[in-house]
Parts: sequence; C-alpha cells; structure tokens
Amino acid sequence: MASITTNIAAHDAQGAARGPKPRRALSPRNIMLYGTLIVMCLYYLLPLWVMVMTSLKGMPEIRLGNIFSPPLEITFEPWVKAWSTACTGLNCDGLSRGFWNSVQITVPSVIISIIVASVNGYALVNWKFKGSEVFFTILIFGSFIPYQIMLYPMVILLREAGLYGSLGGLVLVHTIFGMPILTLLFRNYFSSLPEELFKAARVDGAGFWGIYFRIMLPMSLPMFVVALILQVTGIWNDFLFGVVFTKPEIYPMTVQLNNIVNSVQGVKEYNVNMAATMLTGLVPLIIYFASGKLFVRGIAAGAVKG
Amino acid sequence: MASAPKGLRLFRNLNAKIAALPMIFTTLVVFVGGTLWTVFYSFTDSKLLPRERFVGFDQYERLWSNSLWVTSIQNILFFGAMSLVFTIVMGFVLAALMDQKIRFEDTFRTIMLYPFALSFVVTGLVWQWILNPDLGIQHIVREMGWTSFNFDPMNNPDTVLYGLLIAGLWQGTGFTMVLMLSGLRGIDEDIWKAVKVDGIPTWKAYVFVIIPMMRPVFITVLVLAAAGIIRLYDLVVAQTSGGPGISSQVPAMYVYRYMFAAQNLGQGFAASTMMLLSVLIVLIPWAYLEFGGKKRG
Repeated sequence: MASITTNIAAHDAQGAARGPKPRRALSPRNIMLYGTLIVMCLYYLLPLWVMVMTSLKGMPEIRLGNIFSPPLEITFEPWVKAWSTACTGLNCDGLSRGFWNSVQITVPSVIISIIVASVNGYALVNWKFKGSEVFFTILIFGSFIPYQIMLYPMVILLREAGLYGSLGGLVLVHTIFGMPILTLLFRNYFSSLPEELFKAARVDGAGFWGIYFRIMLPMSLPMFVVALILQVTGIWNDFLFGVVFTKPEIYPMTVQLNNIVNSVQGVKEYNVNMAATMLTGLVPLIIYFASGKLFVRGIAAGAVKG
Repeated sequence: MASAPKGLRLFRNLNAKIAALPMIFTTLVVFVGGTLWTVFYSFTDSKLLPRERFVGFDQYERLWSNSLWVTSIQNILFFGAMSLVFTIVMGFVLAALMDQKIRFEDTFRTIMLYPFALSFVVTGLVWQWILNPDLGIQHIVREMGWTSFNFDPMNNPDTVLYGLLIAGLWQGTGFTMVLMLSGLRGIDEDIWKAVKVDGIPTWKAYVFVIIPMMRPVFITVLVLAAAGIIRLYDLVVAQTSGGPGISSQVPAMYVYRYMFAAQNLGQGFAASTMMLLSVLIVLIPWAYLEFGGKKRG
C-alpha cells in the first residue's frame, strides 16, 4: 500500500508522454482523440456551468427557460439569500452559520491532526520501539474499516469525555480518523530522508524534540502543504461525522446545505439552492485551483482513505 | 542507541512512546476496541441504550428478513458492479487518451479532476437539479422538438441507481484517470519500441501488453473504488434521500437509521458488522495479492 502511493506521488503524471509521434493537426486520429476528450470534458464541466448559471438567474426565468442558457438578467440575490437568510428548520440566518461552523471545525482539526500525525510518523521512522510497527499496521488497516462500525463506541467515548455534540468532540473525531493517512504520508516522507542527518544530530546531542523541530520539520515543509490540502478538503467535505457527532446549532456547512436544499417545506428556490451549493463547494474548489499539482500529490496519497 | 538498564525497558525511548500515545489510543481503543465492541453488542437486544442481554444471531435473522436491508444490499451490489466497471473502463480510456502526447494535457486534467475536490453532498445536489425532469435535461430536449423524449432516472425506482451512477462517476473518474495515467507513464519506453518493431496494432498492445503490466494499478483502483462503494452514504442522502420509496437505500443509511433515528441499536450494530464483513471480503484477497504476490514478482 505504502509503496503504491509513493510511486503515484512520485510519478504524478510528469514522466515523458508515450505513444506514437504527433502527426498532422487535423488527421482523423487527432479529431477522434480530441473529440472524445472534449466531449468528456463537457460532461465534467456541465454541472459547474449549470450551478453558476442557475445561481445567477431569477426564479421566473428558471421556470420558463433552459438550465444551460446563461442568464438574461444577472442577479446576485440568490447568493445573498443563500448566505444570509435561507432557512433550515426555524433558523433563517442562511449558510453563513454553517460556513463559520465549518471554519471552526476545520481549522483546529487540520492543525491538530497534522501535528499529531507528523510527530507520530517521525517516531515511527526514527525512534522505533517494540510494537510500533504493529500499531502502524493496525492503523492502516483501520482506515479501510467502515466508519459505521466505530460510530457508536465513539459516541460513548465522547459522551464520557463530555465532548459529545461539541466542536471539540468533532475535532477529536477528525484527528482520530485522519490519523491513518496522515501518518502514512509523513512516515513515508521521513523514511526517504537520509539517515545520516538523524545520526549526526544524535551525535551532537540533540534529543527527540530537538531533532523534530530543528531538522525534520524544516525539511518536510512540502509534505505539510500536501497534508494541509488533503485535510482541509477532506474535513470541509465531511458529512457523516457532522451529522452524527454534532447538534443542529453547530452543523457543518455540508449538513446545513443538505438541510436547506432537501427541506420539504415551502417552494423550491432552485437559484438559491444552487448558490448555496456553489458556496459550499467554493472552499475546496479554490484550494484545488490554487494548489495545482500538489493537489494531485495530496489525493494520490489520500487515496488510501477511499 | 545507548542501551538502558534492563528494568527500565518501558522508559527507553520515552519521548517517542509519548509521541505515539495518540496512535496507540486510536488503534487500540477506537479501531480494535470500537470494532470488537460493536460486534459484541450486535448479539444483544440493545434498543435505546446498549445492554448485555444476549439473543444470539437474532438481530442478524431480523436484519436479513427486513426488506429495507435486503433492498439496500441489492442496490449496493448493482450500483457497485456498475460503478466498478465504468470507473475502470472510463478511467483507463481517458488515461490512454491523455497519454497520446496531447496538447493542453494540464487543462484536460484540471477539468476532469476538479469534481473530486467537491463533496458528495454538492455532487448529489447538482445532479439532482440537472436530472430534474421538469426543468433539466428532459425538459430541454423536449423543448428542442423531441417531445416524446424521456430521461427521468430520479423518479423511477427502476432507474434511480443510474442517476446516482452518473453523479458518482462524475465525481470519481477523474481521480481514477490520474491513477491510471501514472501507471501508464511508469511503463518502460522500450516496451513501446518493441511493440512498434513487431508491428502490433496499438489497441492490441494496450489489451495484451500494457494492461497486464499495469496489474498493481488496476488492483489499487479496484480496492479504493470498492472501499468507497461500501461506504456510499452522503451522495445518496443528498441526491435521492433513498427514494423514490426505498428504491435507492444503501446499507450505510440503514445503519444510521437504526442507530440514531429508530433507536434500535442492536439492528444498527448487526448491520454495521455486516458492512465490516463485506470490507474484509474485499480486503483479505487484496492483502494476499499485494503482499503475497510480491514474492512471485
């Protein structure tokens, strides 16, 4: 498992392209090739286009028209409504509540889970102790176990700790379930660093934390960025843990979005729904477009999480 | 490293052990402990709260005689089979096309992969809207003059799973393509030269030479896709809520319903144990292939 993911990360599609040499621009082969790719791209782009277009139209235009056509009259009202006045149950303060909840969940979860996992990966590589590999194996296999089987025991643990239904509890859950993939990521990276570095620091009298903070941490900043991308998108997009471990006031954005769009009361306002959907997707999309190839590395490593 | 006196073995490497405490807690208490706990209580008649009154396999018998569960299993099998086939075929074909020294490769990849950054909730809600019969694709094709055109997968129990499939493939195939492409790029240039020299047609080269060489990548894709399918939850909740009727229910929804809504914990535990069992059925042959296969090369 480990070797596969590092291979993927190492290759991430930058090796030389294969296949026959390019021929004339408009050969039948090229028309077929680019034609197929462009048709597939339409499939991938269609929902984004429809989401944005719908969110910029007024309701009368939606009822009359064509979901693919651009708006005749652009309005930002659906976005304003989705953000600040859309209703879930009795609360009518829009998705902004879910957004800030998600921020409050994501920021500490990302920071804590990355710190814990990086120290853990470092201990696994450089300070092996009896049984450390056994724990690591269980950790990796644990990442394949369906979360459903661990949900109720987790509820009990959180309740005993007085954290059930709180933001702190959800942060703990994300730290625990993010641990397998992040530990794997850091372990693989640290074991690729030359061992002499570690030995030299030991000879100079540096201890566990000294080596971590002065050598390992500064040398693995790219890995921290990959872990950051992976965790921000993963935790922001989480739905199951948000439903199970929180209460309505602190529902993350994904859960609130689902409640707004799939609520049975009232007239369906498709433009507001699409604006809300777009708003929820915006954070991971921005990260995706800003991070470029690092995202590919991150998800290739995160693939184990499934 | 300096050897400590024998009696102090536990304290050797103390900092590392302290640093590993979160991992030890996670693996022993949550993963192993939590799993065993749930399996243990799936043999009780726990209702609102877990209690130790054992009923043998009673919960499992009830589970398999519940039409909601049986439908969920049928759905996940059908959806899973379709999803695996299409994921692999689409992922591979796209990767093979991307590997033809094309222009704008980065642009194509960016477009195919962006859905993977989005959550299943967003995915489900967008496709719910596009597949809306009154205003979505069906409506538009009818407007264009083909008035008998029928494309309403979401409101028909027989086709709702295809609606989920369209959305699921949209979200995940870009990622499969990236995995497959990295596999294709890992194949030695000399293999292609040898194929050229022998005059083997390209499609034959792919089917008989390249695909067998990419076995590890295919297995990885298969395992990841299968693990994802068993967990399928958010997409269904957002896109169909399990409907129409119970025609798109999945096991994860059954577990959630019995554990947190219907307050029949024993049923929820039995259902989640069945989910665990299905993962083991996928995982064990894979672990065997992955770790046992290496010796054969």
